[in-house]
Amino acid sequence: MKYFKLLISFGLTIGIFYVLNTQLGNIPPLGKFLNPVSGIWQNETNEAIIGDISIPGLKDEVTVHYDELMIPHVFAQNEADLYKAQGYITAKHRLWQLEFQTHAAAGRISELFGERALDYDRSERRRGMVYGAEQVMEYLEKYDPVTLGFIQNYSDGVNAYIDQLNLDQYPVEYKLLDYKPEAWTPKKTALLLMYMTKMLAGYDDDLEYTNVLRLVGKENFELLFPDFFDITDPVIPKETDWSFIDVPQTPLPASKAVLDTITETIEKPHPDNGSNNWAVSGARSVTGNPILANDPHLGLKLPSIWFVMQLSTPDHNAFGATIPGALGVISGFNQYIAWGETNATRDVIDWYKIAFNEDRSKYKYDNQWKDVITRVEEIKIREKESYKDTVLYTHHGPVVYDKNFKSENQRSGYAMRWIAHDGSNNQKTFIELNKAKNYDDYVSALQYWNAPAQNFVFASTEGDIALWIQGKFANKWEGQGKFLMDGSNPENDWQSFIPQQFNAHTKNPERGFVSSANQHPVDENYPYYVFNDGYETYRNRVINDFFNSKDKFSVQDFKELHNNNYNLKAAELVPHMLEHMETSSLSEDEKAIYEEIKAWNFNNDIDEVGPSIWRQWYGKLYNMLWDELDVEDMALTSPYTYQTIYLLKNCGNHKFMDIVETKDKTESSKDLFLLAFQEAAKRLKELKERDGDYTWVNYKGTYAGHLLQSLPAFSRFDIPIGGDRNIVNATSEDHGPSWRMIVEMTSPPTALGIYPGGQSGNPGSQYYDNFIDDWAAGDYYSLNFLQSNEATDAIIGTQTLKPTHHD
Amino acid sequence: MTKNSINFIITIILAFVLSLFLPWWSIMIAAGITAISIPLKKAAVFFIPFLAILVFWSIYCFTISSANDFTLAKKISQLLQMGGNAYLLILLTGIIGGLAAGIAAIFGKQIAVLRKQQ
Repeated sequence: MKYFKLLISFGLTIGIFYVLNTQLGNIPPLGKFLNPVSGIWQNETNEAIIGDISIPGLKDEVTVHYDELMIPHVFAQNEADLYKAQGYITAKHRLWQLEFQTHAAAGRISELFGERALDYDRSERRRGMVYGAEQVMEYLEKYDPVTLGFIQNYSDGVNAYIDQLNLDQYPVEYKLLDYKPEAWTPKKTALLLMYMTKMLAGYDDDLEYTNVLRLVGKENFELLFPDFFDITDPVIPKETDWSFIDVPQTPLPASKAVLDTITETIEKPHPDNGSNNWAVSGARSVTGNPILANDPHLGLKLPSIWFVMQLSTPDHNAFGATIPGALGVISGFNQYIAWGETNATRDVIDWYKIAFNEDRSKYKYDNQWKDVITRVEEIKIREKESYKDTVLYTHHGPVVYDKNFKSENQRSGYAMRWIAHDGSNNQKTFIELNKAKNYDDYVSALQYWNAPAQNFVFASTEGDIALWIQGKFANKWEGQGKFLMDGSNPENDWQSFIPQQFNAHTKNPERGFVSSANQHPVDENYPYYVFNDGYETYRNRVINDFFNSKDKFSVQDFKELHNNNYNLKAAELVPHMLEHMETSSLSEDEKAIYEEIKAWNFNNDIDEVGPSIWRQWYGKLYNMLWDELDVEDMALTSPYTYQTIYLLKNCGNHKFMDIVETKDKTESSKDLFLLAFQEAAKRLKELKERDGDYTWVNYKGTYAGHLLQSLPAFSRFDIPIGGDRNIVNATSEDHGPSWRMIVEMTSPPTALGIYPGGQSGNPGSQYYDNFIDDWAAGDYYSLNFLQSNEATDAIIGTQTLKPTHHD
Repeated sequence: MTKNSINFIITIILAFVLSLFLPWWSIMIAAGITAISIPLKKAAVFFIPFLAILVFWSIYCFTISSANDFTLAKKISQLLQMGGNAYLLILLTGIIGGLAAGIAAIFGKQIAVLRKQQ
């Protein structure tokens, strides 16, 4: 009996230990997770920002001053130490994010979440994310050991932090998912840069366009997806003289698109990923100093994509937004210049149909058989055996779709040609920009930049302003790469690249300002083929109209423009709809809503109801109009907003207006206006009953979601901010201005900045999300640009990183 | 002092000392060892170490968390579907620790019984 009792109590003890030490479903191992000694209670704290830390391999002491925004001001004696310190400090505040983002880039999420992430991981592997990062590493090893050395320093810095870490200090997400940080490597920096490239230049609709072309024919396709809209207000001013370009566009071969039916395509980055930037010259600035602004529009996430730092050596002093994993300041300024980026949205991905031989060891090219290279991707899965995915590589690039992935064709597949697979040295651009002193230095820094193509805005204390559209662009023949191409025909390959010096750019244009907002880079006069790959058509016009509206501008004007909620899109369609819609059949409720939108001034301010009505109305209208392009088992896309509105206003009786489902009736745009309005009214009434009202702030419900699938506990909801997509204040539900910066080119520059998040990655820190309210209110913080290592009044704590001495 | 109070105090002291170099399950070891060396009777076998660790962990959590305005505790409480109440999370933490300790103590008591009889 007593042995029985002993056994039972032993069993119970083991049992409780097991239950509390093991992750069960979504529940973390509660004993490990909740115990006060090493569990999450140890994360219940702000960050330590004083004292000395010893770091192996430092050459000299590095001082890190923190101001009350928790921005680190790093003073190193040389660049190697600087990047080591950047790695260390970034890891200190953002370790989990740093690693998670590169896991996501590398298609390694199944390691954390199990099999449900496998499809995502396979997509990332098959689009060649890891392959691309390896090409970057090879390129650096061959051509630029100096930059690679800095990347190694950064890596050493991250690892110095990880090595000092005890279990109780692991970021809370590690405890929640019950895993450990692994060592950082230079390749992870390359992966991070691939992640940025995917986020910004990974969007393409070539396969969807192919389906649309087959479905509607060439003539209709060109009506729906024109290369240029009837208006263009391009990034590079229209009057630019291109006569200096002496390399012609690739001549048009007799090539035809391959009209396959593609059922499903891989997940794409957020279509709203974009940005604004602009600068005015001294002549058009109230103070006589050029002023520059940048606000990248990305997913609103916690921890934020950005981490603000000052990074200095005795030779340079840079300040601005960094991205955990990349070296240097990405969008910022130094003592002499300021710079910022917007996405250039150029078509840098093309697709080729590949014909394989019997055993898929060769593929057809130029009437011969060429060898396929196979790459086996091993995807580790939590608590399961690894999945091995074989990806076939051609000279074009990886065959993303084949019989093993989203396609059933036994002997064919679609290969991706992506500029990001060509090894490059993007990191060097930032390292050089951080040190640049003038326009020439800026241009020289840009030459290393291949992808994602960006509009780099520039202003200097010398008084120059400029904007270069920089990336490595294929010199395409007219129409190349818009649709799936035959991969066996050499004429379809990218024949050459546009020489870098012929990339579109403008320096000190006559109009006295430069700007970009993801619109068409150039007009028809630019001598190379640039087709409309989803260019913005609203923010750019509001911005340029603003700069044409008066003579001189101040920092205050810049703030107001960042926060401008004018909905040009609605202003261009709503009056037309109100005028042409038949209103006699409207019910009382519908009439009330009709009056509401009629009274709207087209500002997407938080207390308005107009924006919500517009959203509903246009959304319903858009879906009714493009019902032809909603076909089961076929990957399709529908026209851009600008062209949609153009057609509604100018081709109201076109056959696309008809709703296919109603066989006995032929609808016109007028009919659609009414039908869509009534459906919208019905939905708005429901919303009102549910939520009390549909003011814009409630309707939109902007939120900043935690990187782990917007885990509610670590996210912020109902952020009171106006705006929307296609508005200068581009804040939609979960996307918007992820960093706002304004720099006046005084000597040294005076800067403002803010982002929707906080410097800490720890949900237990008051610095986790402390910027959000001020950001939503349209406020900014003065950035303390320290000119020397001396702590000023603004400094609340100082840490010294000291070389480890081996005695 | 009664045996119960001695056991209670020793459990806490031992748990604290062991926690300096052992993972979370140090409380189980502490409760087990205390149960062997200071055996209790009946329900007290379970409840004394249960209470000891509940008190130890709850006060520990409260001290850390109150110094930081319960910022993270509220979030974790929401995460575990407890309505964002930090005190409930502190109590849950205490109960979990107490449960593990109490069960380990029962096992310790059985060992003590066997040792006595040999």
